[in-house]
Amino acid sequence: MAKLKSTLLNMILSLTCIALVAAALLSGVYLLTQENIEAQKTAKQLEAISAVLPTHERIADPETVQGLVVHKAYTGDTFVGAAVETESNGFGGKIRLMVGFDNDSHITGYEVLEQVETPGLGTHIVEWFKNANKAGQNIIGRKATGAMTVSKDGGDVDAITAATISSRAFLEAVNKAYEAYTEGEVEAASGASQQAAPKVSEDTGDAGVSPAVAAEQNPEQQATCECGKPIEECCKTKGTPCEGNCGKCKHDGEHQCKHNCKK
Amino acid sequence: MQKLIVSPAPHVHNNDSVRKNMLLVILALLPAYVMSVIEFGWGALITAAISVAACVLFEWLITKFLLRETPMIGDFSAVLTGLLLAFNLPSNLPWWIVLIGALVAIGVGKMSFGGLGQNPFNPALVGRVFLLISFPVQMTTWPRPLGFAGSYVDAETGATPLALLKQAVKAGDASVVSQLPDLWDAFLGVMGGSLGEVSALLLLIGGLFLIITRVITWHIPVSILATVTLFAAVTGWCGALPEGLTTSQYIAMTLCTGGIMLGAFFMATDYVTSPMTAWGKIIFGVGIGVIVMVIRTWGAYPEGMSFAILIMNACVPLLNHIRPKRFGEKKK
Amino acid sequence: MNKALKTLTNGILRENPTFALVLGMCPTLATTTSAINGMSMGLATTAVLICSNIVISLLKNLIPDKVRIPAFIVVIASFVTMVQLLVQAYLPAIYDALGLFIPLIVVNCIVLGRAEAFAAKNNVGLSALDGIGMGLGFTLALTILGAIRELLGTGKIFDFAIFPENYGMLVFVLAPGAFIALAYVMALVNKLKK
Repeated sequence: MAKLKSTLLNMILSLTCIALVAAALLSGVYLLTQENIEAQKTAKQLEAISAVLPTHERIADPETVQGLVVHKAYTGDTFVGAAVETESNGFGGKIRLMVGFDNDSHITGYEVLEQVETPGLGTHIVEWFKNANKAGQNIIGRKATGAMTVSKDGGDVDAITAATISSRAFLEAVNKAYEAYTEGEVEAASGASQQAAPKVSEDTGDAGVSPAVAAEQNPEQQATCECGKPIEECCKTKGTPCEGNCGKCKHDGEHQCKHNCKK
Repeated sequence: MQKLIVSPAPHVHNNDSVRKNMLLVILALLPAYVMSVIEFGWGALITAAISVAACVLFEWLITKFLLRETPMIGDFSAVLTGLLLAFNLPSNLPWWIVLIGALVAIGVGKMSFGGLGQNPFNPALVGRVFLLISFPVQMTTWPRPLGFAGSYVDAETGATPLALLKQAVKAGDASVVSQLPDLWDAFLGVMGGSLGEVSALLLLIGGLFLIITRVITWHIPVSILATVTLFAAVTGWCGALPEGLTTSQYIAMTLCTGGIMLGAFFMATDYVTSPMTAWGKIIFGVGIGVIVMVIRTWGAYPEGMSFAILIMNACVPLLNHIRPKRFGEKKK
Repeated sequence: MNKALKTLTNGILRENPTFALVLGMCPTLATTTSAINGMSMGLATTAVLICSNIVISLLKNLIPDKVRIPAFIVVIASFVTMVQLLVQAYLPAIYDALGLFIPLIVVNCIVLGRAEAFAAKNNVGLSALDGIGMGLGFTLALTILGAIRELLGTGKIFDFAIFPENYGMLVFVLAPGAFIALAYVMALVNKLKK
């Protein structure tokens, strides 16, 4: 067959035909694979959530607490834990984590969803804090306090070698997740026992709240800041730094100092 | 290949040679080196010895067996490369990493391009950056200085003054300001860091010695230091500094910590990899100053001197288009 | 027969797309972080190359000269999208590793280059053989490069540990290492070919 001449009609016809056939084939392949691709995506998200959670039967629809997405997990009607998508600013940029807690504030796992830390240094956050052989750096199974810090700042978590700043950012994200979790848990616990209970405010968390949360929420039971001074003395006015000047104490709620005083 | 370039008279004769200039630079580096030996002890001696010996050995092996030419190790350029490489390494670096650094500096940075005079990038810095990216943990863990009164305790691991500065400026974290070393300590060099970057004072003396003996000209160091000072000052005036850190403190700290002094006087001024004309040199220096501050302020690494010099090295062929006016040439 | 054999082997060494033609550098540098990644990218490109070579060789007389480039691009882009969808649906692990770079096969000069230089001038059989040869040459180059970078960077080849990871030079897994490794392998290949 002789080659088609480059006349206007030929060009239009030829290109149109090729484009039509290509479009038809592509839609075919798309329809064929679409279902599988969707399934893969959901599976991946679920996998990340399940990986950090204790055994559970179902995961409730995600909800937003303090700007973080919380996925709560239940076995039957019992609340067994929650996975929180959290983030903070690391050394190179944003660190996004999925952190799992059981119903008693223990950290059950974490996955790094996104990070741009220095390769070979900060990137170790992916596995450093779940190394079961090194108790000092492992946070899995620890009871979260909302105020975990690296040992250099007076805490009890060993920072990544030569990447203290990434480690701090990582723990900050975990602490944020814990704060969202405690608020979410109050709702979950009351919501599970008495349907459609009114939103429990921070200061009146009593019935149906786990001990850890009560201690965190109730000023009477924990009247001292972690620096040892009484709360009133330590956090005098709203917004001022804690006395003893750790620089991190922020006034959170009525009489609470949620952060470690380090000095 | 071997061509003699003949230019018209008059010719000035002096006894300048590659060998003599290299020796003068090595001499100028010695005070700072003695300081690091006092501070870091055996580590400083061993690292420098391995680095220098390996650089000379690799240069000899490559010229002799790969290029099949007469080795030119007598010109001391490999010794200087080795010494500068060692100046850019922590004193407790494992010996095999120093060897890799020397191989990359000489093999990749210098001989791949054809040897002395052909390399577009400073070989010692190529070696250092290669190691920094390859072994970030070992390359950014500095030992605590042993000598003098140990007033700066936190130098032991990780957070060097530079990392602290960065955290203070980038994250606005005021809590780290108190951990910064005393300004005098930083100036004299009582702090953690790579072998040759600890003592700003002694590097300054060495640099001035090189300028007085006319081994280097003032253009590059002055333009780098001026740009860095200006950048730090603007950062301060814009209110980007956290509480407790004044602008003048920040400027002084920026100049005295990290590789700024070493880079400005000894690395950026390398003949082969810097521009030829005065204006070219000034633009070169300003470029380095801006890049290093951009990396220090916003980048992922705490120090950017080596990256800044390498990036500007790449611009040198372009900067060499700035040519001096010919005698008698008319302005357009 | 002799010609067929020559066409097939042409791409593997004499006109190796990476080392001799220096085409398709973007995926070469970006995806060869490990031997398996390099090989997957090579095979995905091979699949597109064979299909596009066959189709373009079949259609060469139906495509007027003045619109041949847009026509080729449409054909190639369709095959790339199909490969992408199929990999995403059935090989999610490989999709995670290659992700962004599969769509970039469209602009890989090898595919368009072979369509223009070979398939548009030769019959279907030879075009298919050329696609296979070039594809295998590309795969081979990417696998070698990936293996070298993986070995020097992490101490492993195809995830099989050769020496402890602590001794790995991280730079080889990152972008600068890609350039350094490519330069030295290319120099070596040129030396050996002489």
